[in-house]
Amino acid sequence: MINTPRTLFQKIWDDHVVHRGEDGTCLIYIDRHLVHEVTSPQAFEGLRLAGRQVRRRDATLAVADHNVPTSDRSRGIDDEESRLQVQTLSDNCRAFGITLFDMNDKRQGIVHIIGPEQGFTQPGMTIVCGDSHTSTHGAFGALAFGIGTSEVEHVLATQTLIQKPAKSMRISVNGTLPPGVTAKDMILHIIGVIGTAGGTGYVIEYAGDAVRALSMEGRMTMCNMSIEAGARAGMVAPDDTTFAYIKGRPMAPQGSEFDQAVAYWRTLVSDDGATYDKDVVLAANDITPTVTWGTTPEDVLPITGYVPSSSDFLDINKRASVERMLDYMGLTPGTKLTDIPIDKVFIGSCTNGRIEDLRAVAHIAKGKKVATGVYAMVVPGSGLVKAQAEAEGIAQILKDAGFDWREPGCSMCLAMNADKLKPGERCAATSNRNFEGRQGRGGRTHLMSPAMAAAAAITGKLTDVRDVL
Amino acid sequence: MKKFTVLTGIAAPLRMMNIDTDIIIPKQFLKTIKRTGLGIHAFNDIRYNEDGSEKPDFILNKPAYRTAEILITGENFGCGSSREHAPWAILDFGIRCVIATSFADIFYNNSFKNGILPIVLPPEAVEQLMTESENNPALPLTIDLEKQTVTRGNQCSFSFDIDPFRKHCLLNGLDDIGLTEQNKTHIKNFEDHDRQKRSWLYRTGE
Ligand code: SF4
Repeated sequence: MINTPRTLFQKIWDDHVVHRGEDGTCLIYIDRHLVHEVTSPQAFEGLRLAGRQVRRRDATLAVADHNVPTSDRSRGIDDEESRLQVQTLSDNCRAFGITLFDMNDKRQGIVHIIGPEQGFTQPGMTIVCGDSHTSTHGAFGALAFGIGTSEVEHVLATQTLIQKPAKSMRISVNGTLPPGVTAKDMILHIIGVIGTAGGTGYVIEYAGDAVRALSMEGRMTMCNMSIEAGARAGMVAPDDTTFAYIKGRPMAPQGSEFDQAVAYWRTLVSDDGATYDKDVVLAANDITPTVTWGTTPEDVLPITGYVPSSSDFLDINKRASVERMLDYMGLTPGTKLTDIPIDKVFIGSCTNGRIEDLRAVAHIAKGKKVATGVYAMVVPGSGLVKAQAEAEGIAQILKDAGFDWREPGCSMCLAMNADKLKPGERCAATSNRNFEGRQGRGGRTHLMSPAMAAAAAITGKLTDVRDVL
Repeated sequence: MKKFTVLTGIAAPLRMMNIDTDIIIPKQFLKTIKRTGLGIHAFNDIRYNEDGSEKPDFILNKPAYRTAEILITGENFGCGSSREHAPWAILDFGIRCVIATSFADIFYNNSFKNGILPIVLPPEAVEQLMTESENNPALPLTIDLEKQTVTRGNQCSFSFDIDPFRKHCLLNGLDDIGLTEQNKTHIKNFEDHDRQKRSWLYRTGE
């Protein structure tokens, strides 16, 4: 038998098919399941009503992140509904025997940060969570995607999902990123090129030397925002950077089992000659520090650009939506991006709430001050990130510069807790969505890298980080 | 899950593209631990003013469309988060079918699990249906899942594609978990075999 060359995605898929139906619908096995408080209560309730159990408690990990306050937690949660949701998660975890990092656990944090941090996330796995940014875990060469609550219940009960294979897309970024340009700029640029629906129906594999050169943190930032490009999952083939990151983490394989695992993980690369349904090739050189100006993540521009006008677009529907976006964002066509003043800065989220991101912020902010009239908050992605930043002196640098240093959680990424923008407020954010109302009703979000957000905090307006390096 | 066979109802034209899940159901309503009761909050920010009064311009607030069971809309409907609260909210409002030029994957998937039929039609067809329901709101649209057709009076009829497995589940109101449990032995066999090959996946160090 001749082995046809396979992509990374196909290899992982093939290794997880439990049963294949005649029409190509597959039952696939799920290796790891992450659970949080917002999308799980109805799933547990479903199990209870049907008298079902959790099939693999050892493969399930829960954390409260979306609703938790990022201020002092000793008094618990003020908001009654949030408190009930967080409480419901702990009740359910106790009842069904699932490990939970509760609000006061030092390992608590954003679900997509704690998985990798604990070594729960590993190459070659299928990983799901009732959360679209599950794509983050693809950075390890895992097939990781977000699911709805009905599917959460399905996985809890059966450890499988009914799926059809996705189409495959390879995006190669060749060359070396210029100074001041990061993984975040790279993914914003990619979404600008392929569009927010460009990845619909695809799993994206990121390749090319610019991607290979990234740290695990950078790869996670890229894979994280695959969903903003419409793809359900993004992945990067595992390599020595990946194995070094995983080694020694509490839930990673230990000792000789680690070596066995690495031997298997090394097979998880796309074969030479494997074909993709779509191939996109970009040059790292063409990428500049990038920001969004509109209310979808595809509305990006180099920081050196100007606010567009609807007449710059050909498509008639797009023109109408550009008008609406400019109005919502309170922007005048032709304005230089670096002349746009901001009110708030949000540094955090599962896109950019890891230690490397905080280091980048501290690098820019060291010895400087947050501009007068600007409120800048830093929300570490997890309790462990927070502790590490404190140990490295980053927290002190940021506090000295006037940043508000908070407790870990999703915070103003989606503004479900008390952290939100007021109507009309403009925010430089390191998160992943700039939708209308995402960070608070009427709030205006510009997405960018942590270094760019730090630069904006210092100058009080959107800023080219290369000018303050 | 409720079966979906034939649906005849008022169709509301929602002329917007990229309607994301934050527009369908903003996050302040995700704090519920129930599936029901979200209908009054569907499309909250574009449907209500700050003081809670209705925005008269919003399509579902107009008398002709208040009882709509079908939504016709632009491309990339349901993009954004994985929240199943989005289909729960529109279902609770009374919508059983959404017609668009394209859908975001997770929303598309979630719809089926809740007995909502998402239909993809080419842009010209969507445009025609949209214009006609703007001009003559009272004339209902009929969706026949078995025949895979969308018809409006005797004016126009379009056929649509749907995955046969999903069609089967929707027509019969089948619950996925029940179906999967029929495969229990396969799952057990997979685990036994996989444990030999990737033993490290069967303990997490906790
Ligand atoms: S940080 Fe934001 S995007 Fe990430 S899981 Fe939390 S709410 Fe979702």
